[in-house]
Amino acid sequence: MPPLAGKELRIVGFLCNWCSYGGADTAGVGRFAQPTDLRIIRVPCSGRIDPLFILRTFMNGADGVLVSGCHPRDCHYSEGNFYARRRLEILQRLMPYIGIEPERFAYTWVSASEGQRWQKVVQTFTNEVHAIGPIKPFGATPEQVEARLSKLLDSAGGKATEKQEVERVAS
Amino acid sequence: MKIGVFVCHCGSNIAGTVDTAQVAEAARALPGVAFATDTMYACSEPGQEGIIDAVKENELDGVVVASCTPRMHEATFRRTVERAGLNRYMFEMANIREHVSWIGKDMESNTNKAADLVAMAVAKLRENRLLFPKKFDINKRVMIIGGGVAGIQAALDCAEGGLEVVLVEKTTTIGGKMAKLDKTFPTVDCSSCILGPKMVDVAQHPNITLYAAAEVDDVSGYVGNFKVAIRRKQTYVDWNLCTGCGLCMEKCPSKKTPDPFNEFVGTTTAINIPFPQAIPKKASINAETCIMLRKGKCGKCAEVCPTEAIRFDQKEEIAHEEVGAIVAATGYDLFDHSIYTEYGGGRIRDVITSMQYERMLSASGPTGGHVKRPSNGEEPKSVVFIQCVGSRDKSVNRPYCSGFCCMYTAKQTILTKDHIPDSQSYVFYMDIRSPGKNYDEFTRRAMEEYGARYIRGRVAQVYEKGDKLIVRGADTLTGTSIEVEADLVVLAVGAESTRGASALAEKLRISYDTYGFYMESHPKLKPVETNTAGVFLAGCCQGPKDIPSSVGQGSAAASKVLTLFSKDQLESDPQISQVDIKRCIGCGKCISTCPFGAIKEIDFRGQPKAEVIETVCQGCGICTSTCPQGAIQLQHFTDNQILAEVMSLCPPLLEKSFE
Repeated sequence: MPPLAGKELRIVGFLCNWCSYGGADTAGVGRFAQPTDLRIIRVPCSGRIDPLFILRTFMNGADGVLVSGCHPRDCHYSEGNFYARRRLEILQRLMPYIGIEPERFAYTWVSASEGQRWQKVVQTFTNEVHAIGPIKPFGATPEQVEARLSKLLDSAGGKATEKQEVERVAS
Repeated sequence: MKIGVFVCHCGSNIAGTVDTAQVAEAARALPGVAFATDTMYACSEPGQEGIIDAVKENELDGVVVASCTPRMHEATFRRTVERAGLNRYMFEMANIREHVSWIGKDMESNTNKAADLVAMAVAKLRENRLLFPKKFDINKRVMIIGGGVAGIQAALDCAEGGLEVVLVEKTTTIGGKMAKLDKTFPTVDCSSCILGPKMVDVAQHPNITLYAAAEVDDVSGYVGNFKVAIRRKQTYVDWNLCTGCGLCMEKCPSKKTPDPFNEFVGTTTAINIPFPQAIPKKASINAETCIMLRKGKCGKCAEVCPTEAIRFDQKEEIAHEEVGAIVAATGYDLFDHSIYTEYGGGRIRDVITSMQYERMLSASGPTGGHVKRPSNGEEPKSVVFIQCVGSRDKSVNRPYCSGFCCMYTAKQTILTKDHIPDSQSYVFYMDIRSPGKNYDEFTRRAMEEYGARYIRGRVAQVYEKGDKLIVRGADTLTGTSIEVEADLVVLAVGAESTRGASALAEKLRISYDTYGFYMESHPKLKPVETNTAGVFLAGCCQGPKDIPSSVGQGSAAASKVLTLFSKDQLESDPQISQVDIKRCIGCGKCISTCPFGAIKEIDFRGQPKAEVIETVCQGCGICTSTCPQGAIQLQHFTDNQILAEVMSLCPPLLEKSFE
């Protein structure tokens, strides 16, 4: 379902199972109220997160991506979050070159006991993303696509069906 | 694929702020969903039966339950779908309680979010594959780290259960903090009388190997097959020869060695056995004060030792042990009160800690069981106890209650009266916390029978006036300020995680909280398990505990180990990495990044390829995000599965514009 218009933005979280996902659970058990924008994808370790997942998420229209894992030195898999830290830091620095405001992406470390900290992380990040507003769509906007489509339909003399054209444009 | 979706109400926990019927309705429209319903309690017996019936009736081949966190009930529902005849990995959970209903009150947003989470779970489930566990052999030996009362109990229970036990203790004797205590609450039992026999049992049990003066250096492996390197520190005495006769201690000229066992009340000799009941009863040399080791001359101990056990040239050694399970029972340390400058900050000699007082009360302690003021050696007539020193105080980053200080303070007031009948005890307290069998009765006795005067309020200042101490504080019950003239002030210092706790946790791959206490797997239902299979907790390393609870946890951890070892083989988790040999280019990146050495290079028709060692892989997926070819995929968390979730939340823009 799309985010609630006027209320929410699309924020996606990638959380490691052992620390941050547990921290988000702890926040829930403690009834630490949070904004509703965030949707969490659970992965075993922050080291499992391919930076391309994050880029794909942005390209598909996410307004913000939050990654969270165990504190460095406290990884369930010994060193997964060290790999994560390097990859995410590089990704963070690449964001302006890709054309995405760096504030839309954050990575943080939250342990399973830090429910309150998780609440703060979510509140702060959600506020930051709201402050920038919705992301500018990559490539053509829906309006541009529609305009191009109708032009194509015209030039084909109305022979091609709309469906075929859609497929052509989509491919 | 036919998927069934079950949206749990969890009573009003979820249904109170999420329209579960609407979530189920939305789920019906998702591709692959053949059945969707809301249910009162999915985890209850009728709830689970409902899932099984629906699977059978609708010939479902996958199930999504939207309810609480998978960290809670994933295992429960996996068993349910298995009972319904499905593979247990054809199941996904959407966490709409901890991550939705409990953190927001807006029905519309919550329902929308819950529907999203269900859609994500369905999208992932459509990419799930059947997975099957394998079996592997286990090594039925256990290592206990820490020889305090919790570790001793765990070691004895495991040994009695027929297991070979390796007990590692960092100091030169087991016994831990309990060995330092004079008496124990609420019975006023003699501590060493009840602990001593257990320590002897450890020494004599044929199944227990004791490494004292040793620390865990490195841990590798996994449940059932851990490899541990133990660093045996040099004691400068050959313990195979030492008989513990104590002649060396009598002759040692370096008599001003600080004495950690006696909490630095008084001094000891450089060669030393900490206390008469020490196990093992072997001497060791303090290298910092030994004249021979510092200046190269003396050697008195070597001269008198009847077995010629002294080894001034002894070096550290590394021992290797292989075990199938590990129990961490590393205990706690006492709060350093010097941060409280208002209590003297360690400057005033007659302000001591509760543990120092305990050593003074002990007949085998530095004062022979006579309570003396450190300043002039006189018997104190007025003793003030200050509670919550390093407990329940945010300003020193110790907001938690250490739990046992109220009780040991009550005990110490009773012992004070026993030792010095004409003395008066005062206790400054915040609240008296005495939940436990016969505990509250005990504090009552301290007040009513032994006349301890309890004053509810904090102490603002302790200062010297002549040879007396003035304790100035508030009496919040009468709303007045109060000054008490004291001969001795005893600070009820709280517990904190033991130094080095976090370093050990990192070796064991277990988590710890902000204060360094180890995290249990579940605060209520799995108090001695950790999130690392095969590693268990006992005693104060998990949080402050009194002796009965520590002993209880020692036994609980032992029973968990015995349960684990009741099978000859364990099932491995099939959520591990798998190499697609056609895609693998043999670059070896996965091999070099794997933290467990779980990937090896093989020769496949003359080409190098990676292969996962199934029992060693722990399923972190670091290799998957490292592989440039996408050839190695962590099962159940493949690229396609994670991207399916991403796509469900953020559909490609083009598709969206033609909706």
